[in-house]
Order: sequence, then structure tokens, then C-alpha cells
Amino acid sequence: MTVETRQGSVPAEASVAAVLTKSWKAPVALAVFVLIAVVLFIVFGRDGSSTFRLSTDNDVIQLPAVSLPTRATPIVLTIVLAALTALSAWYTSRARRTPLWLVTVFAILFMLSFLTWAAADATIPVPGLLIGTLGLSAPLIFGALGGVISERVGVVNVAIEGQLLAGAFVSAVVASVTRQPLLGLVGAMVAGVLVSFVLAAFAIKYLVDQVIVGVVLNVLVTGLTSFFYSQVLTTNGEALNSPPRFERINIPILSEIPIIGPVLFRQTIIVYLMYVAVAAVYFALFHSRWGLRLRSVGEHPQAADTVGINVARTRFWNVSLAGAIAGLGGAYFTLGSVGAFTKEMTAGAGFIALAAVIFGRWDPIRATLAGLLFGFATNLQNVLGIIGSPVPSEFLLMLPYIVTIFAVAGLVGRVRGPAAAGKPYIKS
Amino acid sequence: MSDQQIPSQGQDVGTPVRQTDQVSAATTGSSDSSGADGAGGSSTAQPSGSGWGGTLRDITTGTVGISVLAVVIALVVGGVLIAVTDEDVQAAAGYFFSRPGDLLGAVGRSVGGAYSALFQGSVYNFRRPGFASGIKPLLETLTFATPLIAGGLGVGLAFRVGLFNIGGRGQMLVAAAAAGWVGFSLDLPVGLHLIAAVLAGMAGGAVWGGLAGFLKARTGAHEVILTIMLNYVALYLISFLLRTPGALQAPGTNNPKSPAIKETAVFPLIFGPQFSLHLGFIVVMVATVVVWWILNRSNLGFQFRAVGENPSAARVAGIHVDRMYIYAMLLSGGLLGLAGVAQVLGTVTTGFSSGIDAGIGFDAITVALLGRSRPFGIFVAGILFGAFKAGGFSMQAAQGVPIDIVLVVQSLIVLFIAAPPLVRAIFRLPTPGSAPRSRALRKAVAK
Repeated sequence: MTVETRQGSVPAEASVAAVLTKSWKAPVALAVFVLIAVVLFIVFGRDGSSTFRLSTDNDVIQLPAVSLPTRATPIVLTIVLAALTALSAWYTSRARRTPLWLVTVFAILFMLSFLTWAAADATIPVPGLLIGTLGLSAPLIFGALGGVISERVGVVNVAIEGQLLAGAFVSAVVASVTRQPLLGLVGAMVAGVLVSFVLAAFAIKYLVDQVIVGVVLNVLVTGLTSFFYSQVLTTNGEALNSPPRFERINIPILSEIPIIGPVLFRQTIIVYLMYVAVAAVYFALFHSRWGLRLRSVGEHPQAADTVGINVARTRFWNVSLAGAIAGLGGAYFTLGSVGAFTKEMTAGAGFIALAAVIFGRWDPIRATLAGLLFGFATNLQNVLGIIGSPVPSEFLLMLPYIVTIFAVAGLVGRVRGPAAAGKPYIKS
Repeated sequence: MSDQQIPSQGQDVGTPVRQTDQVSAATTGSSDSSGADGAGGSSTAQPSGSGWGGTLRDITTGTVGISVLAVVIALVVGGVLIAVTDEDVQAAAGYFFSRPGDLLGAVGRSVGGAYSALFQGSVYNFRRPGFASGIKPLLETLTFATPLIAGGLGVGLAFRVGLFNIGGRGQMLVAAAAAGWVGFSLDLPVGLHLIAAVLAGMAGGAVWGGLAGFLKARTGAHEVILTIMLNYVALYLISFLLRTPGALQAPGTNNPKSPAIKETAVFPLIFGPQFSLHLGFIVVMVATVVVWWILNRSNLGFQFRAVGENPSAARVAGIHVDRMYIYAMLLSGGLLGLAGVAQVLGTVTTGFSSGIDAGIGFDAITVALLGRSRPFGIFVAGILFGAFKAGGFSMQAAQGVPIDIVLVVQSLIVLFIAAPPLVRAIFRLPTPGSAPRSRALRKAVAK
């Protein structure tokens, strides 16, 4: 349904161009990575053996650790990568698109050879790497889901950062006062909704440019939370800023599955809520009447209005819903990980979530995967920092952003969001 | 309205002067008319071609009066926040019904004290003897305003082309590194050294911004993602260089900090050593005029604005839209680079760390919004925000009010200025032009 609408409204010249010209971006991007692999893994190859630990200590089923030769494995994998690139070039020469599975396999193999190369004579705890990934990406995924809903209904949401920060602040205070982390979670949702109310009111009622409202709201929330933090929370830290944290909950049986169990089913309630949220948003957006209306308002408000959908009301309440979801992500910063609120603790996560929305082409599942990518790269740097990485840590930190640039420039290309996103609708 | 005019004008690109006048007339015309009916977005919202590109359109349709009222509301809200969180006020509120005067006094003391400290820290300090030391805060304001104006010009120029440049941080960092490296490692004669450092910095920013523009033009990638990602790439790149001996790190230390800039590359102080205002401010003034000329008087600027109004129409009219994106991001990055240069050669000359951008890349967005993406508007907005910054520090020192309140007031000002109907509703002002139109409407209905 969506796919059809999208292709249907692509400008004629663009679709003609896509048919006639072969896009070499994908094979070129892959070739660059092969080149990096050759330089890193073959020219600067390292000796020893790399160990991957697959189980945590308190697993019932213990998997043996896997040991790979550090020099040979990446070389073999690089040859496979080169073959995949050649396959992609072949697809392109036949004027066909490089399939997604190829890119996915390529990415996984590249990562595997990088890890093998980096962990010469060291051990990489695979479950630990993935558990941290999920934790770090939770706020990004919540934020991205909020962004997807908001933009699908036609309101550009640059205020994700503000919603996360407001959620983090309010959840910390509410949970500290009530000593109930669940109430803190509710508080975070309310905070996200309040930010959304302002965004929606200015964007829908006062027809202010949505990007402007979003940017300004980020500044406003940063200012408000920092002001109250310095003025109130630092003096009454014991009463107002010492929230109880969520405990990890082990789901029986499922948490005993090797690798997957500890990663997916030994998490806090916020992460479980995230699973529910991703599934619910995906299903509701594409398989429910609510989702159809939401998308129609975002794509063609006039048509939606003609068939009797109240555009302004649909936008207002769905933007509020988006705020509630993003606010939940904010609670992860306090109740899910650190505990106490600190100034500007979201540190740009909202902007990364925004990138995940666009990277994921306004699709909840793809946006979630993009969020996981960012979380993975951040945590990879943490893990490699512990075992001692051969690459300066700054370059590892840079990696997700460079990969995103490559992905956006080489693979995703000209993305097209909801047609009416950013445009106020004036009923005439 | 303007999207119908631009393609017809764009067909003969050869005679820029005439077109420029027409377009500026069209632009001001549209802003005037929408200002009159008070629903700014309604008439100006339609032309935007890309979803994000609408930002170039008139941000606000309000007049000077609305702007002043917006500042008033923002200051009132800020005052309420200061009063509510003040401990004396809270204590006085406890026995409000027995002695209500105490509460009012405490509110007056906290808010009045804070705002008078803000004023005395940013404009004129009455407690100091003599004009020369009394006016010092105003010059401090201009010093703070220097990078804000430069950055605001960069963001505003990109807005006018329909691009949203959030990459100020990265562009400033790269520029600071380039200018700083020329400043501390090269030995050049007086004058030449400064010019070389400034140009190196602007070139660095331009490269970083142009990279985003190039990728957008060639691959269609979204500039918002690209600039955000390039921010982080620059941050980590500069952090790495700053802790690598032989790159940017000062020799003999372990701190991630560069050596001090050589005397010959530092912006000279305009009014002597006791005032902080440096030559960078003059450079920024010149930049403002240059950007105004580019946008309003040059052929390039005409094409910029045509692309910003409606990229499809501009393409039909024969303008190379992709090329305009690259040029615009080069210029925008260069101007944000100038902000980085002002920081490293003017404000922090004793060596810089990776926090040299000081959040100006993001502040510049609010400055550009408040200045409605017009060069002279940005100049004024930059000075206003510079005043808030300078005053905010003295307010924090004198009254213990956290400087973060300045962020609240700034963002509220932009928010209120962007929504004139809201301001009119708060002050119960009539909507200008509404009465005659409703009469005309009634007449039309009667017929």
C-alpha cells in the first residue's frame, strides 16, 4: 500500500531516470569497504588467535568459546566480501538493484572480520556486546518511533531531543518523589506529550514552520531542565533526584536460550516495552484503520479531509502519541541506566534518533534497525576499549556516523518522506 | 504566490538586476500581506518544494511591535521561573496570608536583581566609575555576538536556499583546527599571518559544509542527516588530533589541548587591552554586508532564493539546483567557519580543546530564526543573543541565577515571534487588516 503510493507520486523525470541509468553507488560503496578491509586486515594483518565468548557465566546451557586465527580469518572473509561486491556490480550491470540481503550479509561479514582482527589474543564477550547494544539503542528506538509516527502524520519532529530530555527529567523527579519507577515512566510519557502539545499547537494552530518549532523546543527544554537542575535538583538531590532504577527481569525459559536469551530476555521493563512498541507501531501503522488514516493525513491531507477525516485533530493526537513514546525513551536515561538526572544527559541522542527515522525511510522496523546500528557501534567502542583496540578509539566512535553517511549516500539515496510532512494544512 | 512568479522570471537569467528587484518585491510583498492577515504560514507555506525547505520562507510575519511584545512575554516567563525557584520567595510564600507584602518584596528582589544584573552585565554597568569602564559590558556583548552573527549568517544563508544546516558544530571545529594550526605553527609577518589563519579557517569550514552539499547534490542524501553525522565525525577527528603529539596537541603536555596562538595571528583588540572586543567583529560586520549583497544583489543570490522558494520551478527555469546546493553549503560552511575562527583567534587564544565551538553551531540556528534569515536581521539578533550571553554570566555570578534561564528566554522569544497570532491573543490586540476585510466579506455576502 505504502510502496504503491510512494512510487505513484515520484516525479515522472525521476522514475524515468531510474529506469534508464544504472546506479553504481552500491557497488562503489561496497568496493570502498573492501579496500578498507584489504588495507586493514591484509596489509596491517595481526597474528594470534581471536576468541569469541558466546555464553555468560550464569547461563544454563554453556556454549564453548569460539577461537579463530586472527590473520587467516579476515583474509578469507575479505575474499568473500570482494565476491559480494562483484555480485553487486553484476546486478548493476544488468540494471538491477543490489538486493538487501547482499548488503546485510556484507555488513555482518565485514563486522566479523573487523572484530577478529581487533581482538588478536583477546576475548570478545559476544552476549555482553549485544546486551549493551540493546540498552544504548533503546532511547534511540523510542525516539525514532516517535519521529516516525509524527512525520507519517505530517508534522516534522525535530523536537525528539527535547522530548527525550523532558522525559528523562520528569521521570527522575517523579520516581524520586514517589519512589515508584513505574510512576516515573508515566511521568516521562506525560512530559513527552507536553512537549508535543507545544509542537502541535504551534505547528497546527499557529502554522509556524515545524522545523523551527522543533529546534526552538529543543533549546527550550534544554534550558528549562538545566535551569531546574541547577536551581532545584542540586540543592534537594536526595529528595528530588535519586530515583530508584528498574531491575532486570529474567523471562523464564526464554532467557535460557543461548546468546539470544541473555541479550533479549534479561532486560529492564523499558526494553520489553520497546519490543511491544515497535511491534504495535508497525502493525498499527500498516494494518489498522488508524494507521491508514494517519498515513493518508501525512501524504495527502486534502484527500483525507475530503473523505471526512479531521486533519487537524488526527495530527494533534498522533503528535501527542509520538511524544509519549519518545518520552518513554527519555526515561531509559534515568530509570533504565544511570539513575539520577544530569544536565543535557541525552547528549544529542534525539538527533541520532532523527537520523534513524530518515535512514529507516520513515518505516518503524527499518528505523529500529538503524537505531540498533548506532547502539552497536557505540557499544563496540566500549568493548574494544576494554580489550585494548588497535584503532584509536575516536575512529571507532566515528564509525557509525561514517557508515551512516555511506549508507545514506550510497545505498539509501534519494529518500522521500511523507509528502505532506512539514506543510501545514489549511482547510479552504 | 511567489512560486508562480519565479519560473517566469527565471527564464531570462541574463538580466539579474531587474529580476532581483522583482523577487525582493515579491518576497516582501508576501511577507507584508501575510503579516496583515496574521496567519503567516497560510500564504507563504505553499511554495515550499521539499518538506524541510520551508524554513527559508518568512519565519515570522510580525512587525517590530510583535517582536518587542515577544521579548516582553519571554522576560515575564523567565521572571516567573526565577521567582518560583528563589528560596526567599518560597519562604515568603509560606506566610503569604499574614504578610503578603513580603512575598511581593521577595519576588521583586529576586527578579529585579536578576534582570538588573543581566542588563548591567550586557549593556552598561552603573556601579563602575566613568564611562569607559561602565560601557565595558556592551563591548563584552559585541564580543559574544561576533561568532553568533557569523554562524547565524551561515545557517540563515542555507535556510534561504531551503537547506537546514545543523552541521555548525562540525564546521566550526574543522575551521578552528585549521585556523588554529596556521595560527600556532606557521611563522608569517604581521597582518599576513592573521589573514592566512582566517582564510584557512573559513576554507576548513567551507570544505566541511561543502562536503555535505556535495553529497546531497550527487547522491540525494538528506542534508540534515549528513550534517549531523559530519558533526560527530569532526568532533572525533579533532579530538583525535588534539591528543596526538605532532598534530594539534601542545608539545610537552598530555592534555587534549592545542598550543597558544601566536601573537601575529590573534585578532587585535579594537579599543585597547582593557576591552575584549576584537577585530573579528569588524570582519563579521563586513561579512554581513557581503552576505546581504550576495543574497539580494547578485545573480548567484537570485538563483539561491529561487531554489529556496521552489526547487522544481528553479530547475524548470534552467537553474542548476544541485550546483546551488553545493555553493550554498560551501558558503554556509565558510561563514560558520568564520564563527570558529572568531572563537579561536579572538575569544580563546591560549589554545583550544574540542569544546571550542561552545554550542554556537546550535545557537546560530536560533539566531538565524530570530533574524528571519535576513543578514541584517541576523546581525541584530546576534547582538541580542550576545547580550543575553554576556549578561547571563554576570547574572549567574551576581545573583546565583543559573545561566540556563537565558536559553529559556531566548527560545521563548523565537517561539513567540514565530506565532504573531498567539502574541496578539495574549495582549488582546486586534488583527491588523481584519476589519476592512470582514466588511468587504460582508458586502460580498450581501450581494
